[in-house]
This record gives sequence, structure tokens and C-alpha cells, in this order.
Amino acid sequence: MKKLDTIGETGLRFFGKVSASISHEIKNTLAVINENAGLMEDLTLMAEKGMELDPVRVRGLAEKILAQVRRSDGIVKNLNRFAHSIDETGKTVDVEETATFTALLAARLGSVRGVTFKTVSPEKPTRILTSPFFLEALIFRCLEIAMTAPDADKTIYLKPETTEANIQVRLTGMDLKEAWDEGGFPTEEDRALLDLLKADIEVNSTKGEIVLILTTGKND
Amino acid sequence: MNVLLVDDEIELVDTLAERLNMRGIEADWATSGEEAMAIEGKTYDIAVLDVKMPRISGIELKKKLQVKYPGTHFIFMTGHGSEDDFRAGSAEAGSDYYLVKPVDIDILIQKMNEVLEKASE
Repeated sequence: MKKLDTIGETGLRFFGKVSASISHEIKNTLAVINENAGLMEDLTLMAEKGMELDPVRVRGLAEKILAQVRRSDGIVKNLNRFAHSIDETGKTVDVEETATFTALLAARLGSVRGVTFKTVSPEKPTRILTSPFFLEALIFRCLEIAMTAPDADKTIYLKPETTEANIQVRLTGMDLKEAWDEGGFPTEEDRALLDLLKADIEVNSTKGEIVLILTTGKND
Repeated sequence: MNVLLVDDEIELVDTLAERLNMRGIEADWATSGEEAMAIEGKTYDIAVLDVKMPRISGIELKKKLQVKYPGTHFIFMTGHGSEDDFRAGSAEAGSDYYLVKPVDIDILIQKMNEVLEKASE
């Protein structure tokens, strides 16, 4: 089989990882809906056999189901937004908004490790012409690395900021000093993404920071 | 039959436990590995564990519970698309029983009975 190019392969892997994570989330909401609907059915079957049916109880179950439907709707909306992020290869995006959205996509993977993500609003706008999908892929990659080495607070902060020379996303809240295995980060695949977006990554082990540096102006 | 359900979705374990109780199966629940490990003074025939949970995964929890409750048997609940997907991604899980979410309660009970029958052979 002909090999995909590195960018295509990295992009597909990212897409697969996020889709799998979202499908797990949907499975969870379906499981909760399934149990609440099942209990409602159990109660009505018992009512048919003469047991008193408590309307407050039934209404409570219906409310729980509706809450899970709303939760599922939110998850699917995110999936839809994510899927459409590949529509345009070059677009002006708000880096803060992209960082927040990507953190949302990575939230489930973070929660498995007991890690949460928080975006800190920048003082100046952080808009850049770039590929929305591959910017998400790069931020996601930084979050994946960050969640392997959180500090005791277990919160990773994403701080987008505009400097005179560029736009950066600074990830803090890590303990990278002792026995941190960076697994070759950034890898060859990460480098391909960085080249595509004319970006760079700096890892500062002493400060426990990963900085994604985005060059302002049009990317290829 | 005494069952312990562990899943970080509280509404799932709470409701599933109630439905099992209605069917004459005594079920307790916990929403994390830590909570499950903190339960004292009980023994369980079966523990039904979610695979992906914060901090302690279902597979890690199984190892811990095996020490705490040596006679307990295990069934995993997974959010994977199919049992095959789960097996492919979780080599460590070995030959345990699995159910893909959402779980049909009748199939869960059937699986529990199978597990206990197999253990008594």
C-alpha cells in the first residue's frame, strides 16, 4: 500500500483520536439514557401489575433523559465543528478560541488522567491566518504531552498571547523536572506540522512550560 | 448474588444498581476506583467495571480488587464500538468478560450468571 505523506498521516491520526474519544463520550450518554429509560419501563411494568406509579419519580427520570439528550447534542455539535475545521486550509482564526475548543476536545483524555485544562484570556486579540485543523492538531499534541506531566494541581493552563514578533500559546502547570520522558517531543511528525504552520515549540523544563510559537502571516 | 458496579457516570451506576435490585440482585456502586477501594465490610461475587475512569482505570482497579476480594469475578463495560475494538486496544484485559455500552440489563444478568457458572465448574 502506498504510504501517506507525514502531514496527511498525522492529520488522520489526530482526527481518529478525537473521533474515538467523542464516540466514547456519546456511548456514555447513551448508556445513561438507556438505564433511565429502562428504569422508567420497569416502573411502568410494575404499575401494570398494580404497584402505584409515582408521577414525580417518572418526571424525574424524564428530566434526566432530557439532560443527557442536551449533553449528547453538545458533544455532537463539537464533533461537527471539529469535522468542519478541515474545510478551509487557510483562514483567520482566533487562537484563544481555538485553544479553548481544542482543550474541550482533549478534556475526556485529560479526565482519565485526572487532569483539567483552563484557557486564560489574553490581553490583546490573538488572530492569525492559518489552517484551523492543523492548529488544533498542534495544540492537541501539546496538551497530550502536558497531561503526561502535570504538577500537583493537575490543571494545565493555556495562555494565548500576542507578542511583537508572534502569537504564542503558553502551556503551564507541568512538572517537567524530574524523570520527565518527553518521548522525543517534538517528534518528526510534530515537526512536519510545525513546518506546515511555520511554527515552533519550546520546552522549558525548569519553568514547566511548553510554548507553541505561531508566526503571524499566511502559512502554506 | 452480590454485585459491585463501578463507573464514573453516577446516573448510570445508581440507576443500574436500582434496576438490578428490582430483579433480586444486591448491587452496590461506586463512581471511582478510590471509592470502590474504600468500601469496607462487604464481599462481592461480581464486580462490573467501566474501563476508562479518571485516575484508576478499570483494568488497574481489577488488579487492586483482586487483592481485596480474592473470590470476586469481573465483567468490563466499555465505550468502545465493539468487543473486538476493546480487545484490540486492551491486551492487558486478557480473557475477561466484556459488555459494550449501552448495556442491555438482561444480557448483563445473563453474563453474570455465565461468569458464576463457569467459576463453579
